[in-house]
Amino acid sequence: MLIEKKVENAVMEIALDGRLDTMTAPQLETEIMGKLDGITDLRFDFVKLTYISSAGLRVLLTAQKIMNKQGRMIVQNVCPEIKDILEVTGFSDILTIV
Amino acid sequence: MQDLRKTITVDSKIEQVEKLTAFVEKAIEPYGPTAKAQMQINVAVDELFSNVVHYSGSDTMTLILEVNQDILTATLTFIDEGVAYDPLGKMDPDVSLPADEREIGGLGIFLVKKTMDNLEYKREGNRNILKVIKKLS
Repeated sequence: MLIEKKVENAVMEIALDGRLDTMTAPQLETEIMGKLDGITDLRFDFVKLTYISSAGLRVLLTAQKIMNKQGRMIVQNVCPEIKDILEVTGFSDILTIV
Repeated sequence: MQDLRKTITVDSKIEQVEKLTAFVEKAIEPYGPTAKAQMQINVAVDELFSNVVHYSGSDTMTLILEVNQDILTATLTFIDEGVAYDPLGKMDPDVSLPADEREIGGLGIFLVKKTMDNLEYKREGNRNILKVIKKLS
């Protein structure tokens, strides 16, 4: 998986390319955890994300919990197959999918 | 096209998940699974294999993949020699809770239960055998 991260002032944008699975989720965790200080706007771009498993969902949940306290988090460009997984797990209610 | 039966055994190491997924994808591709079924099978492989890696203590895991072309159904049988563990006995997480009250665990098996058509677990001797059935159409 490729992670493209951009930070501008209080905005962090993260574009994911590939599979967010049990093997790659720790990579994303490393990119986010401890690095959200001062961020009030966290934006994920899933346009090139082909796959997500529960390991990936866990990282998203952790990020959402942090952002609930300090700003907002949105998820953009979710394909139907991933949307389906988010719905089954109730994540479509937790996340802000735009 | 004929019915299919293929077996793969991998070390119980998380980086083997890609080899397993590629094996399954390549084998069922000729049967024309829907994108949704394909992804859900990949997720199931990821979840069930990572459970074996993290909790079973087994050195290896064997996956038997069968496809019945008449009813376009894949059967995946996960076999490990780890501690007895019935993933189906776990309580489902409450997926209606808001983010701050959500638990981190139990999501993987829940996802598999929700997306696969049938799951059966049995303990045979020192082996955990988990059979998962999924329609490809």
